[in-house]
Amino acid sequence: MTILVIAEHDNAELKGATFNTIAAAQKIGGDIHVLVAGSGADTVAEQAAKAAGVAKVLLADGAQLGDSLAENIAAQVLAVAKDYSHILFPATASGKNVAPRVAATLDVAQISDIIGVESADTFERPIYAGNAIATVQSSDAIKVITVRTTAFDAVAAEGGSAAIDKAEAVADSGLSSFVGREVAKSDRPELAGAAVVVSGGRGMGSAENFKLLDPLADKLGAALGASRAAVDAGYAPNDWQVGQTGKIVAPQLYVAIGISGAIQHLAGMKDSKVIVAINKDAEAPIFGVADYGLVADLFQAVPELVQAL
Amino acid sequence: MKVLVPVKRVVDYNVKVRVKSDQSGVDIANVKMSMNPFDEIAVEEATRLKEKGAVTEVVAVSCGVTQCQETLRTAMAIGADRAILVQTDAELQPLAVAKLLKAVVDKEQPELVILGKQAIDDDANQTGQMLAALLGWGQATFASKLDVADGKATVTREVDGGLETVALKLPAIVTTDLRLNEPRYVTLPNIMKAKKKQLDTFTPDDLGVDVAPRLKTLKVAEPPARSAGIIVPDVATLVDKLKNEAKVI
Repeated sequence: MTILVIAEHDNAELKGATFNTIAAAQKIGGDIHVLVAGSGADTVAEQAAKAAGVAKVLLADGAQLGDSLAENIAAQVLAVAKDYSHILFPATASGKNVAPRVAATLDVAQISDIIGVESADTFERPIYAGNAIATVQSSDAIKVITVRTTAFDAVAAEGGSAAIDKAEAVADSGLSSFVGREVAKSDRPELAGAAVVVSGGRGMGSAENFKLLDPLADKLGAALGASRAAVDAGYAPNDWQVGQTGKIVAPQLYVAIGISGAIQHLAGMKDSKVIVAINKDAEAPIFGVADYGLVADLFQAVPELVQAL
Repeated sequence: MKVLVPVKRVVDYNVKVRVKSDQSGVDIANVKMSMNPFDEIAVEEATRLKEKGAVTEVVAVSCGVTQCQETLRTAMAIGADRAILVQTDAELQPLAVAKLLKAVVDKEQPELVILGKQAIDDDANQTGQMLAALLGWGQATFASKLDVADGKATVTREVDGGLETVALKLPAIVTTDLRLNEPRYVTLPNIMKAKKKQLDTFTPDDLGVDVAPRLKTLKVAEPPARSAGIIVPDVATLVDKLKNEAKVI
């Protein structure tokens, strides 16, 4: 049994999600190979080779693989797929984009967002916005899986010494082309991997007021998040959204400020170790999951909290 | 240009589902059902393209039980011209739905298929990508902006860390993200008009598709409950608890 993990990277750096996905692969058991498909991604392949538990790195390098277009990346995965019993992607935007394409071409079902491995063919995954956990068994010859990265502790980034093999890059599909990218700049830790997350909701009132969270996030070394209501109202950028349809986070500490706690939001953060809620509505559902709740006006409580830290 | 919009009937997003005590699934008897929110966005987008003149016909399609007709009527009240129901009582997994949709695409020959990015019941986020693979078409998932002109679709996608824009050769597949648009409310006159629109019904057998599930659900359980928290009286107590009890700061 050999497992292929598809690396998440930006051609310069291997993303943390890959290490969590390798950890899930270790739970399944067997040799672990990592596929790095990209353009000028040699450094990424070297980083992958150093990750603990990796037996081999496949590097497919070509200009057409540089922009992570689903059509080309899926074709690249399919070019090597037959040698593997499991193909694992991190359940990130790019993993979710490519994995089903690979599965359908192989005529196998895909298992989304696994949070647990019971055996080599049986996995746990959340359904209904995390309100139920389904245990599913696959009888397909090749299992195509996306891994919820927050559910598996990352393997060490150092310590491995895998060989790097070149894989032949597939030709450009010609179906799609890359036009441009707008990256939201941030000096804060990445939301999905942060140890502390401070999130604001509709209760913040305005984009201006959202800045109130900056000093708190600075003090805690936290990433900033937001509820869908706050994002839709334009208080915070899209990629800050935590929830069923945004990012799934599981930090050590999650501070929800002015967030009522709709089920779609809870789906994105209820596996956090400690949850703190600050809300003036004592009946808000967020208090149902919070370890520590403070019923107070956030405009007084947040500055006070910054002072006290 | 014809657009196909697959829609799914799911438990309403406001309903908190309960797991059945025998762990065979979630209890959806007597629960309010609605159109999957992402699919509403897909129907809305197709309708807007038609209103702009970029599209001539919008066809809604749904796979599942007889009651999916209601979902299709809603799609037609938003703006779809006609509808197709692939009727079956069998459990449908994304791969089966993608195969059924491929058969419908082969029949209808649309140039664009707009789907929701995921259904809020199985949370799979697979069907659009699988359909694209089966058809050998290009795909743009998690769309927050869509322009169709000159035989190509230009799509802005929501990705981790920001936005990216791709251009697709038509025919193509697009899946919607929340910010693509704000679906309109259906009005009573449009609901009445939708009742007169054409709704064709097929079965998976008619389409020659095997829908047997590939994944076996062994059990469905409640997620582990969080232990009850406490309400602290003031900020000082909160900081003290975080430092000395939870030891997270």
